[in-house]
Amino acid sequence: MISILRSIWLVFLHALHRRVTVQYPEQAIRRPPRFRGRIILSRDPDGGERCVACYLCAAACPVDCIALQAAQDEHGRRYPAFFRINFSRCIFCGFCEDACPTYAIQLTPDFEMSEARRQEMVYEKEDLTISGPGKYPGYNFYRVAGLAIAGKGKGQAENEQPPSDPKTLLP
Amino acid sequence: MSPTAVYLVTIFGLLIAVFTLSAGLIWYERRLLALFQDRYGPNRVGPFGLLQSVADIVKIFFKEDWVPPFADKPVFVIAPAVIIVATLMSFGVVAFAPGVMVSDLNVGLLFFLAMSSMGAYGVALAGWSSNNKYSLLGGLRAAAQVISYEVFMGLSLMGVVMMAGSFNLVRIVQAQERMWFFLPQLVGMAVFMVAGFAETFRIPFDLPEAENELVAGFHTEYSGMKFAFFFLGEYIGISLVSAMLVILFFGGWLGPVLPPLAWFFIKTFIFISFFILVRGSLPRPRFDQLMAYGWKVMLPLSLANLVVTAGILLWRRS
Repeated sequence: MISILRSIWLVFLHALHRRVTVQYPEQAIRRPPRFRGRIILSRDPDGGERCVACYLCAAACPVDCIALQAAQDEHGRRYPAFFRINFSRCIFCGFCEDACPTYAIQLTPDFEMSEARRQEMVYEKEDLTISGPGKYPGYNFYRVAGLAIAGKGKGQAENEQPPSDPKTLLP
Repeated sequence: MSPTAVYLVTIFGLLIAVFTLSAGLIWYERRLLALFQDRYGPNRVGPFGLLQSVADIVKIFFKEDWVPPFADKPVFVIAPAVIIVATLMSFGVVAFAPGVMVSDLNVGLLFFLAMSSMGAYGVALAGWSSNNKYSLLGGLRAAAQVISYEVFMGLSLMGVVMMAGSFNLVRIVQAQERMWFFLPQLVGMAVFMVAGFAETFRIPFDLPEAENELVAGFHTEYSGMKFAFFFLGEYIGISLVSAMLVILFFGGWLGPVLPPLAWFFIKTFIFISFFILVRGSLPRPRFDQLMAYGWKVMLPLSLANLVVTAGILLWRRS
């Protein structure tokens, strides 16, 4: 009997508690920085595309939602001719981000991407590419990689020695 | 105005008030429950979600009104009407304020008891005519529950009747001018309140519609407006039991400063809120516990209350 009255009283006291509901569309919800939401393609600090069209993201994708076509510019720098993500298949697992050797593909905390028509869930390269470097501000793949491209010869990358000439050791 | 016109105005005013209030109670209950559970409840339709009930009513009008082919059709159709009619009939004798009532019946209290038992027919017939084992179980439970709780619901009120010396609800309220009856009749009030919960099939005693054992109990097969009738009947029942609690134990319209009608509604709303609070806090007992509680605790308690009240009244008179 006492316990019944006590539980009624305790429930009544909850009227004075703060409500836990987050009024979502009006009230922003807190999302952690590593939230796995909409996928983007980032750029180098100097504005060039980061993606080198290595296909690793497409290979890692468990639902095969990434499609791309590699191409090369006149300096031998690789880039995707098209890059397409079908977000109606994407499961936001983040494997593509893990697989990417150049930090090009990244997942962002944005998730409000519902569409009325299914075709509009397919994002092309223009929709995916953002203007900035995303989560890795200082990183520039071609400045740390050993590959020679336009404007940077062999041995000119950061933390790289000039190539040694093995023939100098010959008699 | 002629007496007939006054009658008609009172009757239709009461009907409209009861129906709108009961529909509004659905919103009120959901908001209040949400408050007790640290949520918001319906707050999207209109200001504070006030139009939620309107939206629900519009929705329910557009639903298919379906009678299952295996059901006993006439009884199936009549059952929801029985519940509404029985609860609305009781409102005919409720004394809202001096002069504001449909019928100043000299056996108003007995009429209320009789009509609240009639409500059980609606539930039992609904369960029977649905021709569905869950509905039948729900109807059986409802019948058993109402019969057992009806017994001491009446007995618990006899103390009040003895103290007021009348079955007339106006006289009962007038007899409380010096002291509200809930003080001398504390046991009677507690018993009546428990019986009221059982009578309206509210949550600690909602075994007839126990959703986790019986799907939805007696109204499993109902849809559309017929289901809405059961729903509305439940809320009219809550208002009715709260109003009766106020009249019998808390001085009805009596109170300082404010007009009588305002006092009546304030008190009634406090009890309606208490009904909702109890729904938010107590779990449902097993059926045998419900029966044992009714016959072994509440019945002896109300009998003891009756005997003690009668003894004291006789002793003071001699």
